[in-house]
Amino acid sequence: MIKKFDKKDEEAGSGSNPFQHLEKSAVLQEARIFNETPINPRRCLHILTKIIYLLNQGEHFGTTEATEAFFAMTRLFQSNDQTLRRMCYLTIKEMANISEDVIIVTSSLTKDMTGKEDVYRGPAIRALCRITDTTMLQAIERYMKQAIVDKVPSVSSSALVSSLHMVKMSYDVVKRWVNEAQEAASSDNIMVQYHALGLLYHLRKNDRLAVSKMLNKFTKSGLKSPFAYCMLIRIASKLLEETEGGHDSPLFDFIESCLRNKHEMVVYEAASAIVHMPNCTARELAPAVSVLQLFCSSPKAALRYAAVRTLNKVAMKHPSAVTACNLDLENLITDSNRSIATLAITTLLKTGSESSVDRLMKQISSFVSEISDEFKVVVVQAISALCQKYPRKHSVMMNFLSNMLRDDGGFEYKRAIVDCIISIIEDNPESKETGLAHLCEFIEDCEHTVLATKILHLLGKEGPRTPSPSKYIRFIFNRVVLESEAVRAAAVSALAKFGAQNDDLLPSVLVLMQRCMMDSDDEVRDRATFYMNVLQQKQKALNAAYIFNGLSVSIPGLEKSLHQYTLEPSEKPFDMKTVPLATAPITEQKTEIAPVATSKLPEKLAPSRQDIYQEQLAAIPEFQALGPLFKSSEPVQLTEAETEYVVRCIKHTFVGHMVFQFDCTNTLNDQLLQRVLVQMEPSEAYEVVQHVAAQSLPYSQPGSCYTLVRLPEDDPTAVSCTFSCAMKYLVRDCDPNTGEPDDDGYDDEYVLEDLEVTVADHIQKVLKPNFSAAWEEVGDEFEKEETFALASVRTLDEAVGNIISFLGMQPCERSDKVPENKNSHILFLAGVFRGGHDVLVRARLALADGVTMQVTVRSVDENVVDVILASVG
Amino acid sequence: MDSVALEPSLYTVKAIFILDNDGNRLLSKYYDAELYPSMKEQKNFEKNVFNKTQKADNEIAFLEGLTIVYKSSIDLFFYVVGSAQENELMLMAVLNCLFESLSQILRKNVERRCVLDNLDGVFLVVDEIIDGGVILESDPQQVVEKVNYKADDNPLSEQSVAQVLQSAKEQIKWSILK
Repeated sequence: MIKKFDKKDEEAGSGSNPFQHLEKSAVLQEARIFNETPINPRRCLHILTKIIYLLNQGEHFGTTEATEAFFAMTRLFQSNDQTLRRMCYLTIKEMANISEDVIIVTSSLTKDMTGKEDVYRGPAIRALCRITDTTMLQAIERYMKQAIVDKVPSVSSSALVSSLHMVKMSYDVVKRWVNEAQEAASSDNIMVQYHALGLLYHLRKNDRLAVSKMLNKFTKSGLKSPFAYCMLIRIASKLLEETEGGHDSPLFDFIESCLRNKHEMVVYEAASAIVHMPNCTARELAPAVSVLQLFCSSPKAALRYAAVRTLNKVAMKHPSAVTACNLDLENLITDSNRSIATLAITTLLKTGSESSVDRLMKQISSFVSEISDEFKVVVVQAISALCQKYPRKHSVMMNFLSNMLRDDGGFEYKRAIVDCIISIIEDNPESKETGLAHLCEFIEDCEHTVLATKILHLLGKEGPRTPSPSKYIRFIFNRVVLESEAVRAAAVSALAKFGAQNDDLLPSVLVLMQRCMMDSDDEVRDRATFYMNVLQQKQKALNAAYIFNGLSVSIPGLEKSLHQYTLEPSEKPFDMKTVPLATAPITEQKTEIAPVATSKLPEKLAPSRQDIYQEQLAAIPEFQALGPLFKSSEPVQLTEAETEYVVRCIKHTFVGHMVFQFDCTNTLNDQLLQRVLVQMEPSEAYEVVQHVAAQSLPYSQPGSCYTLVRLPEDDPTAVSCTFSCAMKYLVRDCDPNTGEPDDDGYDDEYVLEDLEVTVADHIQKVLKPNFSAAWEEVGDEFEKEETFALASVRTLDEAVGNIISFLGMQPCERSDKVPENKNSHILFLAGVFRGGHDVLVRARLALADGVTMQVTVRSVDENVVDVILASVG
Repeated sequence: MDSVALEPSLYTVKAIFILDNDGNRLLSKYYDAELYPSMKEQKNFEKNVFNKTQKADNEIAFLEGLTIVYKSSIDLFFYVVGSAQENELMLMAVLNCLFESLSQILRKNVERRCVLDNLDGVFLVVDEIIDGGVILESDPQQVVEKVNYKADDNPLSEQSVAQVLQSAKEQIKWSILK
C-alpha cells in the first residue's frame, strides 16, 4: 500500500495528498474486487478507506451506486481481518442514510455483537443501532438488554450510548431498559458509569421525583468518573433551579463539595454551576470564586480561559465578589491568548475603580483589532455596563465607541455598538447630543439597512426635542437622496416627526416632503403623501395619533382580520378595535445584554405568544364566537411543586368573556386520567358557561382543558373576582411499565388553589412613544383625579413597581426608572381597556414618611376611568 | 457570555476535525445535525476557524458562538468544537485523547503524511473516542487497545513478503545443494 503512495508522492513532491485526485467513479470501479475470492484484506481495506474519505469530503453518492457498493461491501464480512471488519462497521454507519436496504447486514452485525470476539462486539452494537428502526428494535431488544449489563466495558458503553441515541426514536422501547441501565451505573468502569447515568437521566428527566431519588443515591455512593460528576452537577443544579430549592438544600451542599474534587474538570463544573445559580449571595459565591482565582494562574490556556470567562459572568452581577481576583486578572491582560486578555480586561472594567478605567481602555484599544468579533461584542457590553456604573465617564466611552464604530466589523459588532450608544443616550440626557452626532456620522456610511433605519427612528424620536433640531434635518434628508428604499422610508417618517414637533421647522419639512412625494418607490411616496396631508392639518391630536404614536395592534392579527373582512364583504367599515393588540411593545423595550451565543441564530419574526394562543383557541369550536383574543395572562401555578398533578392556568380575556386554560400534567406513572375538567366557583357575578374537558391525560404528557366564563354585562366595574377551583376527572389505574390502563375507573377530584382575576387582566399594555401627545389626544373629557397614601411602601422604586404590576399597564417615557436621590417622581402608564378604549394614567409620587400618590386617569370612556380609580383605592 | 444553564446531556461534542496546514480537511465529523447542515457551511466554518487559529497556538478560541479547543502538530491542526456553555476542560480531554491516541498508533509521527498513510486507523480512533457527539472513551490507552491498529510503516507490501520468502527459500536450497 505504501509503495503505491510513494510512487505518487515522488511525482508530486512530498506535500501531495494520496487521496487528493480520487475519482468517485474510479473508486467504485475498484470496489468490484470485493467480490473476488479469496478476499485480499489489504486492498479492500484501502478501497473502503477511500470511500469513507470521499464521503467525508462531501462527495455525493447516488442511491444506486451507494447501494451497489454497500452490497459488495457486505461480502467482506467473510474475511476475519480485524481492521477490515472495523472499517466495514464504519462504512455501514456512513452509508446508513444514503444506501437502500442497509438492514441486510442486521444478521451479520447481530452475530458479531453476540459473538466471542470482544473487539467486534461494541462497534457492532453501535453500527447495528445506527441502521435499526423502531420495529426492528423489538427484535434485538433481548440482545441490547444483555449488552448493557455485559461485563466487558466497551460492550456495555456501546450499548448504553446507542440506547441514548435511540431514545429520540423509540422512547417506549428504551424505557424498558431502565433496570439494566441502573445495574450498569454501579459498574467499576468510569465510562460505563458515565454513560449509564446519562441514559438514566434521559429516561427519567420528566419525572422530577425519580431524578431526585437518583441524585440522592449517586451523591451518597460517590462516583469514580469525573465526567459522571460533571453530569451529576448539571442535573443537581437544574433540579435546584426547578424546585427553587434554597441553598441549604443537600443538592447545593453536594455541588459545593465538588469544589474539593481532585479533578479540575469537576471543580470547574461545580464553580460554574454555583456562579450560574440565580440569587446566589456573595458568601455562597466566595468558595467558587476562590477556586476560579487559582485557575487563573494555571499554565493551561483552556483552564485560564474557562476561569476568566466564568469570573466575567460573576462580575456582571456581583462585581464585589470578584475584586479579590483583581491582581490575578491584571496578570492576564497581557496574555498571549487575546480571548483571555479581553475577558480579563472586561472583567476588570466591571470590578475595578473609576480611576483604572482610562488605563484599561488604553490597553484594550491596543489590540482590539486583533480579536474576533465575538469578543469585540464582549468589550462593547462591558463598556455599556460601565457607563451605567460611572455616568461621568460617558465622554471617554463615547469617544472609544465612536472610534470602534469607524473600524471594520460585522453586523453583530456594529449593532452592539449602536445599542450601547443608544442606551447611553437614554440614561444620560447630557450625552444625548454627542451620541446623536456620532450616530449621524455613522449612518452617512452604513451598509446595514437595519441599523440605519433604527438610528433614523431614534433621530425622529429624540432629535425634535434637542435644543437645535434643525441640524439633524440635513443628515436625515441625505438618506432620502442616497439610500435604499427601506432607509428612505424610515427617513421620511423621521422627517415627519420633526415637522410635527417643531412649528418653525414645519415649512421646510413640508418642502422636503414634497420632494419625497416624487420618489421612485411606492412605500416612500405613500408615507410622504400621508405625512404631508396630516402635517398640513396642523392639529395636535392628529399629529399625536398618526405621527408620534403609531399603531399598537399585532401585525399578524391585523393581517388575519383584514383577510377575514375581505372574505365577508359587509356594509360596515372595518373596525380597528376588533384587531388584537400587540402584546409586547417591540421598540423601546430595553433588551438585556444580548448573549453572544445566541447572536448567530437567525432573527425570525416569531409569532408572539398571544398570536399562538389566538390560533389555538380559534380551533376550539366552543370559543369561535367570542371575537378576537384581547389578552393572555402569564401562567399562574395552581398547585404546589412536587404534587401528583401539576396545573397552571392562563387567563384569556375576550370582549365579553374570559377563557381559563388549564395546562395539566399527570406525574403519576400508574394512572391514566380521562375527561379532565376544572370546575370553578366564582365569588362575584361572573357566570360559568361551559367546560371543555381534556379527553385523556396519560403520564407526563401535558394536556389542556378550558372553562368559559361570561363577564357581568350590567356591571362594567366588576373587574375582580376570585374563583375556587377543583379538578374533576376519571381515574384509570394502569401498569407503569406498559401504560396499559385497567378497564374501569372511578371519578375523583383534586382541589386546586384559588384563582384571582384582577384589573390587570382587563388591560393590555400599549407603548406610547410620545406620552404627552397621547395625553392631549385623549383629552380631559373624562379625566378624574384622586390622591392616595401608600403607607406600607418605603421607597419610590417599590411604589412604581407595585403600581405597574397591579394595573398591568405599560410605563412610557422610561418613567419606570426612578432617578437616584429624588423624593418625587412622575410615572406615566398607557394601556387599552377590554373593549378597545385607550386609558392613560399619570401618577405623581412623593416620598415622605410613606409614599403619597396622586393618580390622574384619562380615557375615552368614563366607566374605564371609574374602574381604574376604584381598583387602585 | 450566555447565562442559560446547560441542559444535562451526554452530547458534549458538536464537531471534530483535522485540517492540514493549508486548511484542507483531512477528516471531519459533525454531530449536531442543526449545526452547519450543508457541506458548504461546514467548509466555511472550518476555513474561518483555521484562519483565526493558525497563527497563534492558543489552545482555545470562541468563534461563531462555539467554543473551540485546538492543537497543532507539525503540519496538522486538530479541533474539537462544543457549545458556548460547554465545560472547556471536557473538550480538552477529548482533544488530548485524540492526539495521544494518534500519537501512539502513528508511533509519534503525528504529521500529515503519516495520517494520510494510516487514514483507516485515524477514522477508527475518532470512532472510538466519540459516538454521535457522546464521549465514548477518554483514555488514550483504552482507545489504542480497542482500535488495535498496526501502523503501516513497514515498506514491505504483501507481495514483497512473498518475494522475500521465495528468495530465502532459493538461498537455503542453494546452500543445501552446495
